[in-house]
This record gives sequence, C-alpha cells and structure tokens, in this order.
Amino acid sequence: MRSRVARNALAVGSAGLIVFGVAGCSQSDPKQSGAAGSNLKIVEQVQIDENGAEIKAAGGATPADPAGDGKATCPPVSIAMAGALNGPDAALGINIKNGVQLAIDKHNAANPGCQVTLKTFDTEGDPQKATGIAPQIVDDKFTIGLVGPAFSGETKATGTVFDQAGLVAATASATNVTLSENGWKTFFRGLANDGVQGPSVANYLKNTLKYKKVCVVDDSTDYGLGLATAVRTTLGPVADSACNISVKKGDKDFSAAVTQIKGAAPDAIFYSGYYAEAATFAQQLKDGGVTATFASADGTKDPEFVKQGGEATKGAILSCPCGPASKQFAEEYTKKFGQEPGTYSTEGYDLGTILVKGIDSGAVTRPALLDFVTKYEGQGVARKYQWNNKGELTTNLIWIYKVQ
Amino acid sequence: MTSDCVGHYVCTAANINFNVDNLVNGFWQLTIDGLSWGAIYALVAVGYTLVFGVLRLINFAHSEIFMLGMFGAYFALEIILGFKPSGNAYNLGIGLTVVYLGVAALVAMLVSGAAAVGLEVVAYRPLRRRNARGLTFLITAIGMSFVLQEFVHFVLPKILKGFGGSNAQQPIILVQPKTQFTLFSANISNVTIVIVVAAIVLALLTDIALGRTKFGRGIRAVAQDPTTATLMGVSRERIIMTTFLIGGLLAGAAALLYTLKVPQGIIYSGGFLLGIKAFSAAVLGGIGNLRGALLGGLILGIMENYGQAFFGTQWRDVVAFVLLVLVLLIRPTGILGESLGKARA
Amino acid sequence: MSAQHRNDGRARYLLAPGDQIRQWWDQQSRPAKWCFGVFVFILVAYLPLHTPSFLNTPGISFGGTMAQFAMVAIIAIGLNVVVGQAGLLDLGYVGFYAVGAYTVALLTSPDSPWNQVGVNGFLDKDWAWLACVPLAMAVTAMAGLVLGIPTLRLRGDYLAIVTLGFGEIIRLLADNLSDLTNGARGLNQIAYPRVGENAALPNGVFSSGNSAGQANYGTWWFWLGLALMVGILLLVGNLERSRVGRAWVAIREDEDAAEVMGVNTFKFKLWAFVIGAGIGGLSGALYAGQVQYVAPPTFNIINSMLFLCAVVLGGQGNKLGVILGAFIIVYLPNRLLGVHVLGINLGDLKYLFFGLALVVLMIFRPQGLFPVRQQLLAYGKSARRLLRNADESKAAA
Repeated sequence: MRSRVARNALAVGSAGLIVFGVAGCSQSDPKQSGAAGSNLKIVEQVQIDENGAEIKAAGGATPADPAGDGKATCPPVSIAMAGALNGPDAALGINIKNGVQLAIDKHNAANPGCQVTLKTFDTEGDPQKATGIAPQIVDDKFTIGLVGPAFSGETKATGTVFDQAGLVAATASATNVTLSENGWKTFFRGLANDGVQGPSVANYLKNTLKYKKVCVVDDSTDYGLGLATAVRTTLGPVADSACNISVKKGDKDFSAAVTQIKGAAPDAIFYSGYYAEAATFAQQLKDGGVTATFASADGTKDPEFVKQGGEATKGAILSCPCGPASKQFAEEYTKKFGQEPGTYSTEGYDLGTILVKGIDSGAVTRPALLDFVTKYEGQGVARKYQWNNKGELTTNLIWIYKVQ
Repeated sequence: MTSDCVGHYVCTAANINFNVDNLVNGFWQLTIDGLSWGAIYALVAVGYTLVFGVLRLINFAHSEIFMLGMFGAYFALEIILGFKPSGNAYNLGIGLTVVYLGVAALVAMLVSGAAAVGLEVVAYRPLRRRNARGLTFLITAIGMSFVLQEFVHFVLPKILKGFGGSNAQQPIILVQPKTQFTLFSANISNVTIVIVVAAIVLALLTDIALGRTKFGRGIRAVAQDPTTATLMGVSRERIIMTTFLIGGLLAGAAALLYTLKVPQGIIYSGGFLLGIKAFSAAVLGGIGNLRGALLGGLILGIMENYGQAFFGTQWRDVVAFVLLVLVLLIRPTGILGESLGKARA
Repeated sequence: MSAQHRNDGRARYLLAPGDQIRQWWDQQSRPAKWCFGVFVFILVAYLPLHTPSFLNTPGISFGGTMAQFAMVAIIAIGLNVVVGQAGLLDLGYVGFYAVGAYTVALLTSPDSPWNQVGVNGFLDKDWAWLACVPLAMAVTAMAGLVLGIPTLRLRGDYLAIVTLGFGEIIRLLADNLSDLTNGARGLNQIAYPRVGENAALPNGVFSSGNSAGQANYGTWWFWLGLALMVGILLLVGNLERSRVGRAWVAIREDEDAAEVMGVNTFKFKLWAFVIGAGIGGLSGALYAGQVQYVAPPTFNIINSMLFLCAVVLGGQGNKLGVILGAFIIVYLPNRLLGVHVLGINLGDLKYLFFGLALVVLMIFRPQGLFPVRQQLLAYGKSARRLLRNADESKAAA
C-alpha cells in the first residue's frame, strides 16, 4: 500500500539513526573547546551632552525604591500598561510590562496596606486596536495611571483620549519628537526623544571620536527613521551620502548594504533600529570584512544583541538615554522573569515606581496622580526624572555603552 | 520635509537612486550573493509548485513548514549534537562540519517532511473528502499558518525550554563565513559554496525522482489528469502525500541552508516573507513546473540583488513583486511555462 | 441542528443553523423582510450602549470593536462583489483599503505635502473628512481601473497572485515614498467629521476625546459605518438584481459560456473590480478618520487574508453572510483579549484559537455559514408566487 513511501521513509530514518549514532559516538570534546559562549557584555563608558562632549556622571544617587516605607495605605487602585504584548514587536512590550510588574510587585510585597493592581492591555502595536483600548482604560474607574502606549503610532492615535480623561500616560518607549507638541498635559516621556539622542550621539561620533566618514543606516520604522534623520542632519557632511541606506525591519540579508558600505570605507557605521536586525547586520558586516566601528542606539541596547551577534558585536558603541541598570535591579529582574532586563525594561520599572510612589503619597485620584507626576523630581534606575510642561524630561543626558 | 514639497504637485520620491555605479561595480558579487539566496528560494519554491501542479492549491502554510525545519535543524544542533549556542563560530574542520551539517539537515528534513504530511492529513484531506472548493483550501491554509506560527511562538517554549518565543534563537554557527576564492572580483565564501552545491545536488535528485521513478511518474500523471490516473491504477491519495513529503523535505533542507546564511533568523515569523518570495519565484518560473521553480528561484534571488543595488536597499521587496507582476502580465504561465503534467516536468 | 443526508452522492452537509434560518427567511414576504431588517438594525445599533456580559469584550472597548467590525464589514461587502459575485479571486484587496485611507490622509494631514486643510487649502476643517470620502472612493475606483485593465485578462489563480503582488507593492510604495507619505512615520492628525461639538466635547462626538462611557467615539463611528453599510448594501443589492449582477453570476459560473452568450466579460469584470475598489476606498476613509493616523504597517498581506476569510466564512456571494463573516473575524480575537483561564492569558493565544477556528469551520462548513444558492434572478418573486399558488390549489383540490 504505502509501501514505497514507507520503505523510503524507513530507509531515510534508519540512515539518520546510524548517522546520529556515529556522530554521537565520535563526540570527542571539540565542541566544548570550540567557541564557548561569549563573555561579551554591554558596559557603560561615559555620559555625554548634546555636543557629544563627555561629562562626569553625577554621583550615583540611589534610585527610588517602589517599596517605600512599607506603611502606605490606599484604596484599591490600579495602574494600566498598554503596549504590544503580542505580534512581531511583542518582545519590547513585554520588557516594559515586566519592568512595571517588578515595581508594582515589590511595592505590594512591602506594603500590605496598599495593594495596587496591574492591568495589562495588548495593542499589538496597532494604532487602530489602540484606539479601542484607550477608552477601555479610561472607562475603568480604578485605573488612575498608565504606563504606555509603547509605540509612537499608538501614542499619536490615543494621546487625546488620555488628555481629555486627565489620565496620566507616561510612555517608556515612544520617541517620536512630535508627540510632545500636541499640547497633551497628560503625556510624559520617560526617555529622551530622537531630537535629543540623535544630535548627541552624532556629535559624539563627529567631535569626540573624530570620525570623518560615517554611514547611517535606518530600518524604515518610525523609531529608526526618526533617529536616523536627526543623526544625518547633525552629522552633516560627515554622513557619507554614498552609503545613506534604508533597510526594512525584518530584513535578514544585508549583503547589498555590506557591499555598498565596503565600497564607501567609512570610519563607523551607525545603525538606527532594533536589536534583531542590528545583530544580523553586525555579523554580516564582520563576515564581509568591514572593520569600521558599529554604532547604534537604545533600540539595539538589549542583551539579545550580544547573544545573537556574538563576537561580531565586540567593540560596538551603543548610545542610550538610559543610565546603566544597577546590578541589584538586573538581579531582581532576572530572578523574577528568567531573562535579563531588555530594552526599555528600566524605563518601565522607573515609571511604575513613580506611579506607585504617587499612590503611596496619597494621590489616589487621577487629578492628584497627574499633579504628582507633573511635579515629580527624583532619581530612577535609568536616569533622573523631572518633566517640563510639555512632558519632556528636563535632564537629557545620553550614556555611551560599549560591548566588551 | 513637508516644506520643500508644498506647491509642487508632482512630488515624487527622492528615494529612488538609479545608482548605476553600484550595480556595475558590484555586479559579480551581487550575482554570486543572489545565487545563494536564489538557491534557497528555489528549494522552497519546489514545494509550492509541486502542490499546485498536483492539487491546483496554493499551500500558504508551506512557509511554516520551512520555519519548522529551521527549528528542527536547531534542535539537532543543540540537543542531539550538543552544541552550545553562542553566536560565535565553531570552526571544526571540513570533515566534521559536513557530518554535523548532514545530521542537522536530516533532522530538519524529517521535521519538515512530517509537518507537511501532517498538514495534508489534518487540514487538506478532510476538505477533499467533502469536495470543497479552491477558496476553502486557501482559508484552511491561512488558518494552519496561524496555528503553526502561534504554536511555535507560545506553546513550544512551554514544551521545550529555550525553543520558540518572541525572540530569535541564539545562533549556533558551525561555519565562519570566509572567502575561499575570488572569481571575477567576487568573493565566494564557503557558506555560498555549501549552499549552492547542496541545492544543485538536491535539485538534481528531485528532477531524477520526478522524471525517472515510479512515484515521479505518478505525480506527473495525477497533475495531468487525476481521473485517468486513478483509472490507470495510480493511488491519488498516496501521490498527494508523496508530493507534500517531497516539498517538505526540500523545505527542510532549505531551512538548514538558510540557518547557515542567517544564523539569527530562527524565529516563529521567519518563514513568512521567504515563503511569499519563494511562491513568487515559483510563479515566475512557471507554476506547476519543477524546473521552472528552480529557475524562478535563481532569477528572483539575482534580480532582487541587482534591484537593491540599483534602486536602493529599501526597494528590494518591491523589485521582487514588480518582477512577479510583470511576468504575470506578459507571460502568465511563467518563464518555462509548461506544467507538471506535460511530458517534460 | 438536524443532519440531513443528500442523495446525490456528494458529501453530507450538516444542516447548520444557517440553512434553517435561510429557509425561514426565504418564506418571508418582502415587507416582512424589511421590517425584520429594520428591527435587527436597531438592535445591533443599540448593542454598544447596553452590551450583555457574554458579548462584551473586557480587554478592549466594545464600541471600538464594533467600529472596526463596521469597517471590515464594508470591506467584506466590497470584496464579496469581486470574489463572491464576479468570481475574481483578489488577494491584495488591502491595497484598495490603503489607497482610500491614504487619499484622506494626504489631503487632510498637516504632515502631508498635499494637505488641503488649513490656510493654503480649499478644504474647510469641519467638512474636510466628509468632502474627502467621495474623493477617496473615486481615487480608489480609479486605482481599481488602472489595476484591473492589465490584469483582468488573467484567470483564476494567476489573477489572485497578481493582485497579491499589487497589494504588497502599494504598501511598499507608501513605505518608501517618504517625501510624500512620510514613510513609516505615518500621517497624523487626519480630519474627522466635526459633529456634536459642545463644552464637554470640544471636538465633537467623532473625536478621540469622546472616550468615556458607552457612547464613545468608537460607538459613533460604528453608527456611521452602519449607516454607510446599509447604503452600500442597497447599492450592491440593486446591482445584483440588475443586468450587471446577472452578468457577474454568468461570469462566475462559466466565463467561456458567458462570453459565447454575448456577455462582455472583460467590461463586467472591470466593473466588479472598480466597484469593489470604490467600496474598499470608502472603508479606508472611515479607518483614516477614526484612527486619525495612517501608516504602512497596517496594510499588510495578513489583513488581505483576513478580509478574504471574512468573505469565505460568511458565504461567498451572499452580501449579508459576509457581514457575519466580518463580525467573526473582528470579534473573536478581541473577545479573547484580557481573558484569563487557568492562569493562561488567552489573549496571547488568540491567533492560535482563531486559526483553529478557521480550520474547523472550513472542515465542517466549507461553503461558508450562509452560502449563496442558485435562484432565479429575474421574475423570481412572481415565479415563487406562482409555485406557491399552485401548491395551495393542489392542496385544496
């Protein structure tokens, strides 16, 4: 009956088993002596200002602790978190959610009299879905604060909703510059926007590291394009227009870009995008024989970049508006979630901490919490938080990291 | 960027380059790179073209078969052979590397083949039993595509620790890509050689299988005329299973070759775009035609690369689809045109 | 649900609720059907205001979900004209959705170089969206014409593949031509209808500021979509019963025979394409107004496939059935958002369940929930009356 196919399958299967056996038996330990897991880590180097000049980091102030004094009491309230928890960009949304969850869980564990609930809403990164989720968040009487939305597109589509409802909406990751220009009094950006990070890192490359030729590559996303435009404008003639390249997020083959960059022979390559493509790109650059420095920004500053890029990421320069995660935070996060903190985890944690501190201080209504955040000033794990009247951070210092 | 366009009614993109230098300088390198991509497209395209030829069905879930093959290869390397993922190359010497790659390829092919046959038994056969129309198969294929992707995304991490999830697998790189020799100013790396050689071997084997063996004749018979083939004693169901199996095996091999080229590409969504491109390649070469699929894959890989160099890297996918549309408008049956059912497959 | 065996040797169909409802529906007279329709319309329109708990979506606003449903339903009706009635397999329908949305966006967004709202333009802010809707439909219909003329010579699967290619090309163009469309950053602050402005709602009921309570802006967009849906249904229904509709059926059933019988197949196929495109453009304009932000990632292949699923699930060719298909497509994943069972967040698995639902539905009901049936297209009513009278006189005799 199915003899022919079955016989073939059996033949293949047994051949396979024999090969396994042979391979298994011949396992001397060359694997172990081969390339072991790389010990590369992303290590902070220096803080820079908008002109790219290195400045001394302010003495390490202790980051705010969500546990507070342990004696807080409050009525049942909740904090919402909205972002892409599903779909292709889920990794970033989950990083933020985990950060917020860590803050809230620490708070709840320390303060039995005040239990704050975390309500998560999955927008899949889709602006239309976000417009359906925003009213849901706003309608819930118990929700007095929001960490999110995660992406600039969703924030553009829903900012008015939160503004009209007076619900404080602090985003941990949306970097589009125009977001703070809509006059929303509830919009707070927990990190520097592209308009700050771009010129800073561009000036650092140009003035401090004195690179004469830089290739700027963007990944055609909202974040990547925005940052790359700022970098290209600030670099001016240093950004070689012969290797002004746009790739697409999700691309796996960068050979044409590598060939073009090789032809242009720059001093450095600035990749404006996220870690998955950055890792592949860095690897293919190295395989292609390009020795220029690989530089990127906060979207790439994630342990996955080093995990996936391996040795190819050695010496890469990463900028980030986020300060180095304290060892304690990294340990707590890893213990709780089984993975290291990733891009935007620290921002999620810090914003969650600020909101629960507000609740602890007695702000248990939306106007009160909004007022608290507007006037807040304090140190977080990633940076110092204080906002101007547009919702942008007042101190915008960029950190430079290196993979070593 | 708004201000310089206000008042200009024809404000087209300054985003297209028309960069002839790029194309001419890198011509041979682009061709070689395009060939290695094309080889992968070609192997995946065979799956689409065979299923279409026999069943007149566009098997949209084939991209997930490929994706499962990638995970199968990774499983072989990590669990069976014991490599530790690290993102750095192992460089164990040609002999050992070939053996290990062979093992991984075998496992990948087994996984993909099993998945393809499973897909046919679970999703398509019940529909055929009920005489469903073509569009129904399409919807089922889409449904199975969702199911397989989300299975790897959410369920697999709970079954096999470290597999699946939202992030790509940490790569296991057996071979450090290194230029072996230079041909007309193009660097040919060891990875490219492995991919092209493996693809040629597999393509030849499949061509022989379809042309000379009994079940190959059966496949061509069913593709040409199912009723008469049944009258002649060919078991339609068995042939259909064999067709899916062959497509799956080749997709598994392509998956292993892909992981050589892009070690960071093993993720639940990694099959989707490649599947669409491979499908376009199959149509380009002539859907239903085995050699057409192979040729179409190569042509698509090369033209994509040229287009990328000429127009700019962001136009790569547009080139692929424009090529597809042009071929369909000018010569709808594809470049080689003949279907599986004719005398020459 | 009773099972019936059919004796023509084909596979058994389970007589699903769809068929029983269909039989009951066929027996109603025309005025009765209209009364029932109005009743259902009012009920559905009232649903977001008092949603029963089994229907309510905890993780997302029900009004928002219904607004999305209205848009997908309009798309489904448009796609039904192309796929269900004329039998043209179109896998790139999302391209028309994109053209409609981008037309409105390019004309009304401050980020766009062709912005006509504001000081330099000819569109007044209050009426901008409404004025752009017929423009969007016209432009999309034109796009349908441009796309259709070269491609409609192709048959069956080849047409499907070409339309798939075109759908992706449109999205990639929107992504790459960033001087025009702002690329991935999208076009923001698109105009929307300004209705019902008062002190509490300074921008009207359709603005995103109206987000409190059940009659939020999602609900208002849903009502608008519902009203437009009725208009489109009337239009398409008229077409169905006219010469054009009969030509479509002829083309769908056997194109060569239709050609032999004198039907200008190319012209009517083009008409189907253009009308389908126009309806898709209308839905795109609704989308642009509701979300007020348009960017390329929304218009991907997956959505094209989902629209096709809506049409096939509901029953190809049946304009009311596809509305139900659209409801299933939009509602099911949203229903699972925020639902936790046994500690697992079902929202994560929503596409897994959705895919399973598609597969199972296709196995057990491959013709869709409300498949179109053969019926006399001309003088159908009088024929049925004649037969009914014959039956009655026979019974009396």
